[in-house]
Amino acid sequence: MTTMHVIVLACALLLIAAAVPAAAQELTLSVAISMKEATEEIGRLFTKAHPGVTLRFNLGASGDLQKQIEAGAPVDVFISAAARQMDELEAKGLIVPASRRAFARNVLVAIAPADSTLDLSRPTALAEARVTRIALANPKTVPVGQYAEESLRALGLWERVRAKLVYAENVRQVLDYVNRGEVEAGFVYATDAAMRAGRVKEVFRPAEDTYRPVIYPAAVVAASRQRTLAGAFIDLLAGGDGQGVLRRLGFAPAPPGSR
Amino acid sequence: MSPESLNALSLSIRVAVLATALNALVGIPLAYALARRRFAGKTLVDLLVTLPLVLPPTVTGFYLIVLLGRRGWLGSPLYAATGWSIAFTWYAAVVAATVMALPLLVRTARAAIESVDRDLERAAHTLGRSEWRTALEVTLPLARNGIIAGLVLAFARALGEFGATLMLAGNIPGRTATVPLSIYTAVQTGESGEALGLVAILTVLSCVVLLVAGRLGARAA
Repeated sequence: MTTMHVIVLACALLLIAAAVPAAAQELTLSVAISMKEATEEIGRLFTKAHPGVTLRFNLGASGDLQKQIEAGAPVDVFISAAARQMDELEAKGLIVPASRRAFARNVLVAIAPADSTLDLSRPTALAEARVTRIALANPKTVPVGQYAEESLRALGLWERVRAKLVYAENVRQVLDYVNRGEVEAGFVYATDAAMRAGRVKEVFRPAEDTYRPVIYPAAVVAASRQRTLAGAFIDLLAGGDGQGVLRRLGFAPAPPGSR
Repeated sequence: MSPESLNALSLSIRVAVLATALNALVGIPLAYALARRRFAGKTLVDLLVTLPLVLPPTVTGFYLIVLLGRRGWLGSPLYAATGWSIAFTWYAAVVAATVMALPLLVRTARAAIESVDRDLERAAHTLGRSEWRTALEVTLPLARNGIIAGLVLAFARALGEFGATLMLAGNIPGRTATVPLSIYTAVQTGESGEALGLVAILTVLSCVVLLVAGRLGARAA
């Protein structure tokens, strides 16, 4: 390749980069990854009602998303899978308290690969030797991991299964580990398990009094320069249309009085 | 430094030492073959060995899962026969580090072997040495500095491997969380102090490695 070729190629790349149009208005949403499909679908309703607005989804574990906001990430809306991450941001003044709203509820389930022949219908089966690996989202940053740890502790199983735990970065990675058959069991939300109904199966539901209720809060990030638009998205989530989508995907409404 | 960080450090060193040993075992013969022999599929072998150098580590990690996962091409018969699978064990970290480091050793060692004067090899041949003994007694000793430089680079690469390790071995504290993975976790969870300690250690180690490799490289040239 001659120097001329390189220059022509470089110019072409520059032109392509420059030709990508900047969106008129952008709203960035940091969303707990278990809410991916729901917020994307509600997002389509939102852009229909607000033409010219482009939504950017930043998906991940609530704890990771929280850290990003603390580090100054340019985010407009934060949707967490637990109150804890939202509480911490609120205490630091990084969200708009009045905009905060709990809008959905989920439940924890234990899953296994669909073709698994192990009988895991009782939680104590997880402690038996035939179960060698259990996928759990890292309790340090991921709410579903925190809920699962609470439940396993309440069931008296935590110490007995600890050596088998394989930590995942977020709930979808747990789903993937089980889906791929790398582990015998894993803990996800009921809505995640339903997404891969053919590849994974629910083996039991931990009793709901063994862990704190899984409630999703949403709030406008204090640093947002588009608070009104961001607030409109949260209104849609909590409103009739948003709740309809959530119900269809298996989420329950947030209990009254929660935030 | 916390026990977890010390654990990560000892694991990282174990992984890097083993990966370097495996690299020597596989990489030196491979470098010799690529430098001195003609064989069918040579271009393909060269390409496969070098790919991890240019592919994103996550892509290499993905291939390793497809190959070695419980339902992988090799992993599934292994699991069926033994009930054991390499994924999420510290051996997986060794495999990932080995594959990622191999191109560094092979490319450096190959260049060193190629620069050995062929006349010296021919002389050894004429004096009745087989190709095997010529390689061991003439070629490889003359290419020694380049090979050692390659091994040092491979060690550094193995020590710093992140992406492929995360995919095949996971990030399990105390078992597969190497120093790079622990740094990532520490930053994600806001433990900047822990991260800083590990970052400093890894930086110093890498500087030492580069200095040693540079010295050897200069002597080789």
